[in-house]
Amino acid sequence: MTAPAATLPETARPRLLRGVRTKFDRVRDTWVLLAPERTLKLDQIGHAILSETNGERSFGEIVDRLAATYNAPRDRIAEDAGRFLASLIDRRMAEAR
Amino acid sequence: MNTQAQPEPAAAVQARPPMAMLAELTHRCPLSCPYCSNPLELAAKASELGAADWATIFAQAAEIGVLQVHLSGGEPASRRDLEEIVGAAHAVDLYTNLITSGVGLTERRLDALVDNGLEHIQLSLQGVDAEMADRIGGYRGGFARKMQVADWIARREIPLTLNAVMHKQNLDRLPDTIELAVELGARRLEVATVQFHGWATRNRAALMPTRAQAREASRIVAEARERLRGVLVIDYVTADHHAEYPKPCMGGWGSTGFNVTPDGRVMPCHAAHTIPGLVFEQAPGTHLGDIWRHSAAFNAFRGFDWMQEPCRSCDRKTRDFGGCRCQAMAFAGDARATDPVCIKSPLHARLQEAAEADAAAEGAELVYRTSPA
Repeated sequence: MTAPAATLPETARPRLLRGVRTKFDRVRDTWVLLAPERTLKLDQIGHAILSETNGERSFGEIVDRLAATYNAPRDRIAEDAGRFLASLIDRRMAEAR
Repeated sequence: MNTQAQPEPAAAVQARPPMAMLAELTHRCPLSCPYCSNPLELAAKASELGAADWATIFAQAAEIGVLQVHLSGGEPASRRDLEEIVGAAHAVDLYTNLITSGVGLTERRLDALVDNGLEHIQLSLQGVDAEMADRIGGYRGGFARKMQVADWIARREIPLTLNAVMHKQNLDRLPDTIELAVELGARRLEVATVQFHGWATRNRAALMPTRAQAREASRIVAEARERLRGVLVIDYVTADHHAEYPKPCMGGWGSTGFNVTPDGRVMPCHAAHTIPGLVFEQAPGTHLGDIWRHSAAFNAFRGFDWMQEPCRSCDRKTRDFGGCRCQAMAFAGDARATDPVCIKSPLHARLQEAAEADAAAEGAELVYRTSPA
């Protein structure tokens, strides 16, 4: 029995799974995440997180970069990004190695 | 060819842009499942739209906000130009999902489909062994073929969803169905209890699950979702004739998606033709944007103004939209009535009694779907 992960280890390298991609939706003027039989609207934070997520960067590096770009507290960024990425992993849209 | 949506006065209800479309590329299918959601009157091969028309339709769909296209049938692989059709959807950046039984796919075709931009496959499952699956599908060797196709999909790491239609005869194998989905490497499993539209209406006595089966299925799904978190996502369509409240059919009529038939008629759902008086415009001759915004059929049950009591004053109406219009038509003889699944419907007791009687029936013969001309 695995509990829902609330966050990721700093060393984990997350990425979107094949068949999951972001797209700018011109009609609705927003970024969306397209996945098998699912479409998620991405807010600015969600899009920023996925823009840094490429399977190469560790979660710690992603948080560092977001904290620097948005001049925001690292703890807060780690919490938001960790929760968001963990939810995508739970839903089989992303993985972390 | 009409490629430009006409500016028109606002419709009675403002429609948000559609998210998804179901493209029924053909009604032809090697299988003859007794619960097929295709209409009883199937579109003939000679009436099918060509690949160029589908390309025009996809371009119009993308223009009005559609993000995902579900390529379905019948069996879409029965079309020799499926690869070209996938390419046309991909060319306008639609997310492409193939809904297939697997029969008609080869390794070479799978490679071509992926090369042309196919992103995901939904593979149907009629049972967890050849005896059950081939009998329900009415196609000997179908299960073995499907397992072969599932292996080819896994080797290519193409994202896979299994769609298992469940009913009286196979619900007791639900745990094995979940197990098989994990073994085949599926990311998602749809446990779809049969809905009684189309061909299933002729097989109520053979397919209606018992209340006990429906309850046990809910328990098994809840347990498996917890146990398989991060491994397998399970979508669950319940046996609504045993429920107290209706399903939010289509997420609301004309609110999120539409269906295009093999001959190009554009409908709010795949059973909408069962409602008398609705007229369905033809794509691509009429632009999808015009149809989505202005079709009387799409506007017929949008919003809440069409509702009668008890829906009109019900606080659940924003959640379930009064349920399924086609089911209201079928049982109440009035498409504006409350879905008789709802406990507030005067027909609820009769619907449940009929369901119990069909669930208790034994030895009913399957009536198989036929082939289009």
